[in-house]
Amino acid sequence: MEKDFDAIVVGGGLAGLAAAYTIADAGLEVLLLERGDYSGAKNVTGGRLYLNPVREMFPDLWEKAPLERFIAHEELSIMDKERSITVRYDGAELVQAPYQSYSILRGKFDRWFAKQAEKKGVAIVNKNRVDDLIIENGKVEGVRAGGEDLTAHVVVACDGVLSLLAEKAGLRKPGVPQDHAVGFKEIIELDRTTIEDRFNLEGDEGAARLFMGEVTRGKFGGGFLYTNKESVSLGIVVGIKDLMEEPMVQAPDLLDAFKLRPEIARLIKGGETSEYSAHVIPEGGYNSLSKLYGSGILLAGDAAGFSMNIGVTVRGMEYALASGYYAAQAVIKAKEADNFESETLAVYEKLLNESFVMTDFKNFKDAPRVMENPRFFQHYPQLAGNVMKDLYEVPAGSKARIYPTVKKYLTFGEMWAMFKDFRGVKKI
Amino acid sequence: MSELMGLKAKLGLDVFKHDKEAHIKIKPGMEKDPRLKRAVWVCPAGLYSENDQGEVELTIDGCLECGTCRIACGIEVLEWNYPNGGCGVQFRFG
Ligand SMILES: Cc1cc2nc3c(=O)[nH]c(=O)nc-3n(C[C@H](O)[C@H](O)[C@H](O)COP(=O)(O)OP(=O)(O)OC[C@H]3O[C@@H](n4cnc5c(N)ncnc54)[C@H](O)[C@@H]3O)c2cc1C
Ligand code: SF4
Repeated sequence: MEKDFDAIVVGGGLAGLAAAYTIADAGLEVLLLERGDYSGAKNVTGGRLYLNPVREMFPDLWEKAPLERFIAHEELSIMDKERSITVRYDGAELVQAPYQSYSILRGKFDRWFAKQAEKKGVAIVNKNRVDDLIIENGKVEGVRAGGEDLTAHVVVACDGVLSLLAEKAGLRKPGVPQDHAVGFKEIIELDRTTIEDRFNLEGDEGAARLFMGEVTRGKFGGGFLYTNKESVSLGIVVGIKDLMEEPMVQAPDLLDAFKLRPEIARLIKGGETSEYSAHVIPEGGYNSLSKLYGSGILLAGDAAGFSMNIGVTVRGMEYALASGYYAAQAVIKAKEADNFESETLAVYEKLLNESFVMTDFKNFKDAPRVMENPRFFQHYPQLAGNVMKDLYEVPAGSKARIYPTVKKYLTFGEMWAMFKDFRGVKKI
Repeated sequence: MSELMGLKAKLGLDVFKHDKEAHIKIKPGMEKDPRLKRAVWVCPAGLYSENDQGEVELTIDGCLECGTCRIACGIEVLEWNYPNGGCGVQFRFG
């Protein structure tokens, strides 16, 4: 049957752009439909992009890409109510080109990536919401958008975490709270020199700071701060299931309280908030991935569940780029075979299995369950804070001896509980 | 200290394009459903509230299209879709 296109990609986020770019590069006809005014208009990330896993998939892309700062300094803070402990990491490898990771703003990056995809020959139509799939005899034959039917040999659904299309195709059920987190953040503008002074940065160096504990009131998740060229991205990620449970707190209040913490307030002082955004994140891991393909359809990126949250750090962008790339390879192979049935498209899963994507998801299979343990987000931050307080405190009288101070907190019961908690961690 | 701005003011910083219809609706008869009450806590834009009669109300202006209410409350109580193409929030930074 004649088709309007070889492939229709739904969603111009990282997965969709990666897929369309790669399909067009192989000379196939591809249409990308995006519901926003432009690519990136609906997309939110933390965010930090790790380049190493995806550098070679898009060799021409990185040199001119609008990335913000390369991450040269890492910090992790464990927060209790009135105190925090911070570990800072500086390493020679972080400041050597090619750099490992960059801060990134999706409004800028996705928009630019879309231009590069157009140069490769992708037809992009923005402001176009796909409403339905055209399914005939169990095979996806195209999409319905704006009252129009558009046909293709294969549809690549890259419509993000909720993937209404994957639901329509019967590849997944509506998402549930325990498999998802919500992230919300502010872009706070500060001038270059202020950022460089406050975070001790030289030139294009950037800082990544993660926070756990009181920042989410002990709920699963954490806070993040990334420096961009002329702003910082400050936000919170918290498990939706935890947010629905005691102690009840309204999501936006977490971010306000975070901004008032003295550790944060001094970093953003004088800054002007210029945007507030929010987005759901899939975090169920390997066991919650969707079925990845069907007859005439492939799922990539968040739509398939390819995002991982192991407590304080979320990774989804590399997986979106890589799964989009492998979905494209499957489309190219199907075109060669002139067969777009699921048996042919199954090569997608095989390619993913052989790549870092599935290896990571299998290795971190138990992470969501282990990290669900609320003690990591409440009890340990408190314990660590108290030990440090006692160690540093010099009271009016004599100072307590160090060993009994530490021992006071590390009772037998505590050590046994710790042993059990950290035995779980070994699975990660 | 950095001064806090209210949620309304924060949402006022974002670019929104008006849609001709609300893209998320509370299903008729579900206003008092306990599942819907979760939205009051989880919505990052604070768009859900409970009135004196114990009914949950939704103001769609300011929706960030994040999807949290769909996940938390479910589609038995919410009719949930994205806005029409080219409508709704348009992030400049994301
Ligand atoms: C607060 C936060 C912090 C994060 N931090 C990090 C981080 O530091 N590092 C990291 O790697 N990952 C991070 N992530 C995860 C990462 O952002 C996502 O995994 C990634 O954006 C997924 O890309 P995607 O292309 O699959 O989906 P998206 O970027 O969501 O793109 C989906 C696209 O589909 C479009 N669309 C949806 N439905 C339709 C339709 N019906 N018709 C037409 N178009 C449609 C949307 O408009 C959108 O453009 C974070 C996420 C959040 C929310
Ligand atoms: S999609 Fe997000 S911002 Fe919009 S109403 Fe639902 S929870 Fe609130």
